[in-house]
Amino acid sequence: MADENKTIKLIIQRQDEPEAAPYEEEFDIPYRNNMNVISALMEIRRNPVNAKGEQTTPVFWDMGCLEEVCGACSMVINGEAQQSCTALIDQLEQPVKLEPMKTFPVMRDLAVDRSRMFDSLKQVKAWVPIDGTYDLGEGPRMAESKRQWAYELSKCMTCGVCLEACPNVNSNSEFIGPAALSQVRLFNSHPTGEFHKAERMDAVTGEGGLQQCGNSQNCVEACPKGIPLTTSIAALNREATVHSFKEFFGSDYHN
Amino acid sequence: MSENREFFYRRIHSLLGVIPIGLFLMQHLVVNHFATYSPEAFNQAAHFMENLPLRIFLEFALIYIPLLFHGIYGVYIALTSEMNLKRYGYFRNWMFILQRASGIITLIFVVWHVWETRLAHAIYGTEINFDLMAQILSSPFMFGFYVLGVVAAVFHFANGLWSFTVTWGLTVTPKSQRVMTIVSLGVFIIFTYMGLASLIAFAS
Ligand code: SF4
Ligand code: FES
Repeated sequence: MADENKTIKLIIQRQDEPEAAPYEEEFDIPYRNNMNVISALMEIRRNPVNAKGEQTTPVFWDMGCLEEVCGACSMVINGEAQQSCTALIDQLEQPVKLEPMKTFPVMRDLAVDRSRMFDSLKQVKAWVPIDGTYDLGEGPRMAESKRQWAYELSKCMTCGVCLEACPNVNSNSEFIGPAALSQVRLFNSHPTGEFHKAERMDAVTGEGGLQQCGNSQNCVEACPKGIPLTTSIAALNREATVHSFKEFFGSDYHN
Repeated sequence: MSENREFFYRRIHSLLGVIPIGLFLMQHLVVNHFATYSPEAFNQAAHFMENLPLRIFLEFALIYIPLLFHGIYGVYIALTSEMNLKRYGYFRNWMFILQRASGIITLIFVVWHVWETRLAHAIYGTEINFDLMAQILSSPFMFGFYVLGVVAAVFHFANGLWSFTVTWGLTVTPKSQRVMTIVSLGVFIIFTYMGLASLIAFAS
């Protein structure tokens, strides 16, 4: 039941290329029922004319799953970093303001480069080692209660919202941010992942690690997946205390 | 740990804030509180502290060196964050920013305070007693400055106690962290009261 005359006003922060200066452009697009921010952006792509009636380039953004599991479509919508695929136009105040997340380098318009997050995951070895020169066989079983707990941590989609919310993740710091830290907790508690625990703890107390958390706890409030990030950080802090004591005073094995 | 000392420095920074600096702050406010009984009571308490054995050594090892490290490294930490209170106005984010602001205020206050009451004593031999404080605090401007300094210092300590328990992994669950918030609030109220009561006693 589209209301013929109803329009949506979008104010979009645009940027033509990584080094270019950002500028704002307004758009009025026809309203349809149940629109989300991405379908509004698709409308602009279909008919790239701005609010002044001028022909312009289509707005560029990133997306994948369209169901809040890939994290690619994160952007700042009316001041709040979130996924544009699940941001419903009916629930947003107008005009709807879209900006790229400022913590990451902008590639073009609303699309950012989240490489630093993937680099951090590599830095902290956020995986379970299963490859060897021979068949490592099945890993040990995990208690169901623990699996359920771990499942919550595994929901992270590397969307970057928690890094955007963190005052200590910025261009002055190397801080890897809450997401990768929480992944360390996940993989350290996995029966096979545990084999690399000491290496992960070294990484996590190394450059840009755990120590740079300033406890503003914005991340846990902002995470769209409700991941207990600050609990993960505090748990790692405890682990790091034990780890550094062992390392300093000595222990028979390094784990 | 050999290549990356940051983890170690941050932990030392956190530890020094509580031991010895936090302990010293509490002891200092307790001694000051004698001023609310009588000038003599304060002079006596201060005199006792003054006559502790190896006082100069104690002052350097337990106060000046830890304070310098904590203060200077703390400014560096404060400068590496980018405030975002406007977009994220949560309670803990407020505390995060107030912790940094109160740290800077406390640093300025403490530098001034040490100059006025310790260095001036060392250089000009000014007698440190109730009358000195009464004279300093008779100026409304200085009184205001001291109130701000004391509140900032106590806040920084109380809230720092909260972060201390997180940093060392004592409080992990949200529930224990909430309980610690209440404990730190209690510490803040008690010591702010003691500090302000002493200031009023000096000034009146
Ligand atoms: S922890 Fe949450 S906010 Fe952070 S990247 Fe993962 S899903 Fe996004
Ligand atoms: S497109 Fe995958 S989370 Fe939005």
